[in-house]
Amino acid sequence: MHEDTVAAIITRLGPSGVGIVRISGAEAIIVADRLFAAKNKQPLSGRPGYSITYGYVKDRNGNRIDEALAMLMRAPHSFTGEDVVELQCHGGSVVLRTVLERALQEGARMAEAGEFSRRAFLNGRIDLSQAEAIMDIISAKTELALSTAAENLAGDLKVTICAWREKILELTALLEAELDFPEEDIEFIDRANLSASLEELIIQIQKMLDSYRSGRIIREGIKTVLIGRPNVGKSSILNMILNSERAIVTEIPGTTRDTIEESYDLDGIPLVLIDTAGLRQTNDKAEQIGVERTRAEIPKADLVLYVLDITEEITSEDIEIMKQIPPEKLIVLINKHDLREEIAYAREASEAETLKNRLYFSAKTGTGLAELKERIREMSGSERFAENEGQLLTNVRHKEAMSRALEALKNAAGANRRSGEALELLSIDMRQAWTALGEITGETLEEEIIDQIFARFCIGK
Amino acid sequence: MAYTAGKYDCIVVGTGHAGCEAALAAARMGQKTLVCTLNMDNIGLMPCNPSLGGPAKGQLVREIDALGGEMGLNIDATHIQMRMLNTGKGPAVQASRAQADKMRYQQRMTAVLQNQQNLDLKQVLVEKLLVGDNKKVRGIETETGARFEAQCVILCTGTYLRGKIIIGETNYAGGPNGQRAAMHLTQSLNDSGIATGRFKTGTPARIDRRSVDLEKTQILPGDDEPQAFSFMNDRPRRINSPCYLTYTNQDTHQTIRDNIHRSPLFTGKIEGTGPRYCPSIEDKVVRFADRERHQIFIEPEGLDTQELYVQGMSSSLPEEVQLEFLRTVKGLEHVEVMRTGYAIEYDYVVPTQLKLSLEHKDIEGLFCAGQINGSSGYEEAAAQGLLAGINAARKIQNKEPLMIKRSEGYIGVLIDDLVTKGTNEPYRLMTSRAEYRLLLRQDNADLRLTEKGYAVGLVTAERYQKYLAKKQAIDIELERLNKTQVSPGDQDLCAMLEQTASTPLSRSISLYELLRRPELSYKDLSAHGFGAEVNAEVAAQVEIHIKYEGYIEKQLQQVERFERMERKLIPEGIDFMQIKGISTEARQKLNKLRPVSVGQASRVSGVSPADIGVLLVFLEQQKRTGAKNGQA
Repeated sequence: MHEDTVAAIITRLGPSGVGIVRISGAEAIIVADRLFAAKNKQPLSGRPGYSITYGYVKDRNGNRIDEALAMLMRAPHSFTGEDVVELQCHGGSVVLRTVLERALQEGARMAEAGEFSRRAFLNGRIDLSQAEAIMDIISAKTELALSTAAENLAGDLKVTICAWREKILELTALLEAELDFPEEDIEFIDRANLSASLEELIIQIQKMLDSYRSGRIIREGIKTVLIGRPNVGKSSILNMILNSERAIVTEIPGTTRDTIEESYDLDGIPLVLIDTAGLRQTNDKAEQIGVERTRAEIPKADLVLYVLDITEEITSEDIEIMKQIPPEKLIVLINKHDLREEIAYAREASEAETLKNRLYFSAKTGTGLAELKERIREMSGSERFAENEGQLLTNVRHKEAMSRALEALKNAAGANRRSGEALELLSIDMRQAWTALGEITGETLEEEIIDQIFARFCIGK
Repeated sequence: MAYTAGKYDCIVVGTGHAGCEAALAAARMGQKTLVCTLNMDNIGLMPCNPSLGGPAKGQLVREIDALGGEMGLNIDATHIQMRMLNTGKGPAVQASRAQADKMRYQQRMTAVLQNQQNLDLKQVLVEKLLVGDNKKVRGIETETGARFEAQCVILCTGTYLRGKIIIGETNYAGGPNGQRAAMHLTQSLNDSGIATGRFKTGTPARIDRRSVDLEKTQILPGDDEPQAFSFMNDRPRRINSPCYLTYTNQDTHQTIRDNIHRSPLFTGKIEGTGPRYCPSIEDKVVRFADRERHQIFIEPEGLDTQELYVQGMSSSLPEEVQLEFLRTVKGLEHVEVMRTGYAIEYDYVVPTQLKLSLEHKDIEGLFCAGQINGSSGYEEAAAQGLLAGINAARKIQNKEPLMIKRSEGYIGVLIDDLVTKGTNEPYRLMTSRAEYRLLLRQDNADLRLTEKGYAVGLVTAERYQKYLAKKQAIDIELERLNKTQVSPGDQDLCAMLEQTASTPLSRSISLYELLRRPELSYKDLSAHGFGAEVNAEVAAQVEIHIKYEGYIEKQLQQVERFERMERKLIPEGIDFMQIKGISTEARQKLNKLRPVSVGQASRVSGVSPADIGVLLVFLEQQKRTGAKNGQA
């Protein structure tokens, strides 16, 4: 097809059962194959159009992020008229954004406002009568996107990115001046200085990218996962905190076969509570998947509420799982405090360590709820967020562009270290970094380099 | 009184570097051509520096040569020094520069023009462009009333349109180097609706070699083994006449500062915009006040003259001040000036009025090339002249114009920049203006463009065969390197790796893979019996191909993305004002510029990616509506 590959979440963000990430373009299937593993291990590239494949979305290391259905449509028989893969995932903004990020990592570009419709129209998939509407969408959405982007960029973040660009531009101009004016009597730049400047930039950008996690917390909430064996009362606790009937609560163990996400505002701290299927060896296929997903949630969580039933003895499996959770993330909730005073536990010292941050709780009476809220607030370090707000990276598009800039700068630094690597190759990477950051601030003019050269140096015959 | 003096297919006005290439191209392509000059003794004149080439410009000369132009051949035959610049850097920015024997350069070019079939030369001053009521060019009229008719006219007027020479408080109408100026042609162009602007440039003094103490300067010789500009010359002449380097000092700067009030730049006598890359010495001293010294290159103007060019000392200060500050410079203490430096102001045609073919958008058959388009530099002028000449001939032959894309050559970057972005100072080409610099190298200009030159009929059979043979040799050698495996036990191999401090092999690999190692060169392969019988040029191509494969691949992908948008054509006569989704500013700019492709539209300043998205949808809508109506 004639355009590059783009991706976007096409369902409404927010609590819902199912959400879809669409990848469209010449390399849609290649991109999808890099992030999606079919249960039957067959790549999508070998599948016919209009086929549905069951499997998993994987992270970079091949770990499962979510189970998903991949719907494959081959050009021209798709909405856009291009090759399209739609990944039907579990709803919830965290999962969908993660899947989208994966698509961007694997070579897709974030779709622009109205881009799927535009492609559909250009490929003859949409009727002529809709052309005007599409043009309206593009210009209106772009205006909206621009104003939103401007808001996102308010304050320190914009200042920081502009400063980086300024620095990259300055370095690039130095390189370019050296290339275009080889006989000038000017010390443009020495490679050691360039190296130091590049390293400095790389560290700063890396730091900003790391803040994406805290940024995400502000944007998406503190991801708090409820984990425990079946029927210890996870869903009841969730409902109690939320004061609603969101999760299906029954007496039959294993009712929650899937994870459930709920957003909750804890006195100003956004919380995303994720209820999981109970951890238990099981033969029920659907439930088994749920259990796997539960284990997968642990490393992604900001906070884990490990729920125990006071009437049941703590098993070695419980201890095993709790040990996998970093202590600063773990709260052990001993539920059903209304039924008994104490839980049977503690055979080894290490177990006591694991249970240090424990809290007796009753989903029935509400015992321990105030205390739980207090601990969540403490552990989330909410004061820290307020301080750093201006410097947080929150937008997935920004993150993607910044990652590309970082990648390019690393290439440049690498090329610079290898002695004898040509300066003009370095310049290619530097320009890429500069352009990528420019996508965040919205300016990417080549002419700036030349202006810099002449503003800074006395050059010419 | 006006009289009809002759009829041609094509008329070229001017015999500078643009005019010579334009006239030769049109005549060589079979068109009966007239070239008009103000002075038969100044054909191919270098009124400023006596050199050609350098970064980006050297690439241009090679591109001109690959297309069948004359500049490369002419400098190869008349240079007195050649040097490859940027040799410590990568292949994309290496560029040749030649010092020219100015007089011989002109003499040879004059002879080439005079001996060209289909080409008439006349010394006349053109005063009027003749345009019909149908907005088609009819010809030109000279100051003596001679009317020459032609289907196409190519204006290559350089800095001669209302040229004004300024030296301190003195100024007068004139062209460079004591020539006449064309004082009335601008008015005639304006009467036809052609918009013009005013630029300024300048040149330093020429000094008498006998008065210079060259011993006090640093001697800068050229390369011992120079590389020719033309792909037809395997080895140029071996004359190596040096240049000399000296510096300004605080006395020089003080003299300039003391007299700055007399500089026309500061008194407001000069209105035209000057180029940033070619500042006058007074400009340098004022703008970069903290610099302790500036370089001065003293360049010979030829073998048979005592005149020396003082690069870096361009000035429009009064004559006596120029002499005073020159004499503060080491080696120039007793200097005698032969020609005083001056600034020159001139009219140019706003280049955004032109199509990519260099034809005027509104006046059919009128082409403009060179400094008249707001560019500067001999090479930039020649490149435009060549394309204008080709396209005028193509027009007469009812053929599509030849357009070089930004991804195909510096010529493409140059012309697209001028006609799409315009310029607010005399435009100079730089390698940093090219997006695909790694592909647009001086070493592969023939591989990029010979085919095109052959297709339009400018490349001779001999040149074409040479190109084909080179291309084939490269392919064969790449394949051989790919297929030839070497094993860790090979003794010659071990010797080579040891000698180049390269790590020993752990398994068999191909020579192709081996050559990827930065420390190994094709020369090393040859020295140890792994090379083939190929000439240096082929070896260089093979080596670059292998060593830069990753980056070249990256750039090729970028080119592919770029070309998709270039291929989406915008039909002529579209009113952008009716496309509501595009911002008002962008609509106005697009309407004024009338881009031919979506790609070109995207480079117009003020046009955003969203505007382009809307434009794409609009074009598709138009196409389908058109198709529907066509069927009905």
